[in-house]
Amino acid sequence: MAQPIVELTDIVKSFGPVSVLKGVSLKVYPGKITALVGDNGAGKSTLIKGLAGVQPYDSGTVRFENNVVTLHNPREATALGIEVVYQDLALCDNLDIVHNLFLGREVTKNGQLDEDTMERRATETLAALSVRTVKSIRQHVASLSGGQRQTVAIARSVIWNSRVVILDEPTAALGVAQTEQVLKLVRRLADQGLAVVLISHNLNDVFEVADQVSVLYLGKIAAQLAVKDVTRNQVVELITSGRSGAQDLAPVGDTSASNEETATS
Amino acid sequence: MSATTHDLPEQGVAAAVRSYIGRTRGGDVGALPAVLSLIVLAAVFTVLRPSTFTNAFNFSNLLHQGAAVIVIAMGLVFVLLLGEIDLSAGFTAGTSAAVMGVVLTNHGWPWYASVLACILTGAVIGTCIGALVARLGIPSFVVTLAAFLGLQGVLLKLVGEGGTVPIRNDILLAINNDNMPVWAGWVLWAVVVGGFAVLSVRRAIRRRSHGLQAEDLSLVVAKSLVLAVLLGAATYFLSIERSRNPEVSSIKGVPQVVLVLLVLLVVLSFVLSRTSFGRHVYAVGGNAEAARRAGINVRRVKLICFVIGSSLAAIGGILIASRNNSISPNTGAADTLLYAVGAAVIGGTSLFGGKGRVLDAILGGLVIAVIINGMGLLNKPSSTVYMVTGFVLLVAASVDALSRRRAASTGNV
Repeated sequence: MAQPIVELTDIVKSFGPVSVLKGVSLKVYPGKITALVGDNGAGKSTLIKGLAGVQPYDSGTVRFENNVVTLHNPREATALGIEVVYQDLALCDNLDIVHNLFLGREVTKNGQLDEDTMERRATETLAALSVRTVKSIRQHVASLSGGQRQTVAIARSVIWNSRVVILDEPTAALGVAQTEQVLKLVRRLADQGLAVVLISHNLNDVFEVADQVSVLYLGKIAAQLAVKDVTRNQVVELITSGRSGAQDLAPVGDTSASNEETATS
Repeated sequence: MSATTHDLPEQGVAAAVRSYIGRTRGGDVGALPAVLSLIVLAAVFTVLRPSTFTNAFNFSNLLHQGAAVIVIAMGLVFVLLLGEIDLSAGFTAGTSAAVMGVVLTNHGWPWYASVLACILTGAVIGTCIGALVARLGIPSFVVTLAAFLGLQGVLLKLVGEGGTVPIRNDILLAINNDNMPVWAGWVLWAVVVGGFAVLSVRRAIRRRSHGLQAEDLSLVVAKSLVLAVLLGAATYFLSIERSRNPEVSSIKGVPQVVLVLLVLLVVLSFVLSRTSFGRHVYAVGGNAEAARRAGINVRRVKLICFVIGSSLAAIGGILIASRNNSISPNTGAADTLLYAVGAAVIGGTSLFGGKGRVLDAILGGLVIAVIINGMGLLNKPSSTVYMVTGFVLLVAASVDALSRRRAASTGNV
């Protein structure tokens, strides 16, 4: 496969005595959707927060286009073009779509907001993502459906020419038709050459759009595989036990971990 | 909802009216309650007191009475937009005015230095309140309640028990007592109407040249005409001789304080609607967490809003002092704050944050001023005035809450 745009090696992160990430390695490729799956408490959120610069990792290396980089705050991540779309969408209901897309990064001219430029760029971005479901770009976000809100949140992550987009459970609260819409949008992001990391509990979504799937099990990557090479059952096994009996896929060793797992779940 | 329409609706007069009706029915009532209650109240008082309520003298009197409350309400709009409250705005006005009075009258400072001291006092009070709210996270209700009590004491200390500090400076007295020459009133009218029309046309042309949806020329003309007629009528009315003995002293022209209100309206509206800071204020009021994640310094925005609020309260204090010719322990006390909050809310600023305009303070302030003024002319005792004002405020807050609920269900927040 091509050169990964983001490569994590031996990432370790602990909160006091609780070690959450115990040497995670992950490769994210441009133009591909990498699904990150794992049970609750497996460390998905912690891994993502580190990549977003919100909670820096304790140790391990992050390579961005083969250069080792540090991610100590959100600004550094944004500067590299890493954007996160959080599960609770973080939109302001009382502002319209354009305002939300540019929130915190308004375009100004002579100290004044440049509404025209923002509106034009917003229209272009939504058009590039083939979003046709919003009636007016000047309508308040409160009037949008769940799928449309997710669309706005995703559009906000790409409007600044980002390279890597991390989506945290983008379809969690959506109906069938809206899920379909959002997944298509996610696919289009990848088709435009962005690297997409898709965190999901929903294996249907993963098998529908993802190119590869990484299974996180108790702070370690149980496996990183091409989606076409695995079955749903194998992924479920990997999520729940960290190994798959049928194919011995990169087993994650230690037995104490599995004991912990039975105790906590 | 899923129609494939990126092409936007036309923006003629009819379309604008239709979309306005749609928005209102959807719960976005905006300034409608204030405008309606202004019309209703004015009609009622005109019927009850045809000669005294409608005469030009009373109209200018009403503006003088309402000016201070309007300015304090403008400051409160910034605080209310965050979803916070400033209960101490009234005494901030009183205390700041007292500082001005003391340095002006007792220490002989020039008037401009005194005014600066007054506004600085307001800014310092706002900084303290803002820091406590934004840094320590104490609810603004509690912080400003404490400030309400504390500043009452400071005011009493500055003025002295039962004492007053007189204001003798002509310029300060003129601000909220004197009128502009009649010609200046008409120049102001022309500047406001012309400025509005030119800016609207320029905006429409610019947007069209950028390929964006723009207001139709007919709509701009219609809006400008309505504005011209309304303000023209007011200016004409204020240009009538209102003195009982015109030979002795002539009283006519637009009150100078109107200019102060207009300048504040334009400057503050610009800040709220055309700058990044203003956008951030709305964002923090709408969803503070979203604003934080978008990289907005939420604490700084809150702090600045409290500073703006208290500084404007200080300016309101100057207007009260100018009107009363003095500062007493009652300056900015009692009902001033409640009237100001009432003005902002009646004008359409939400108590829940994220929604409001500076213009709301003027519209709501006029409603309040009409009530106080009209009740006074009816010789109603204070008890009735308080009850009616309280009722109107309650109605306004109910309209706010109900329209918000309606808006939430129709998505028109």
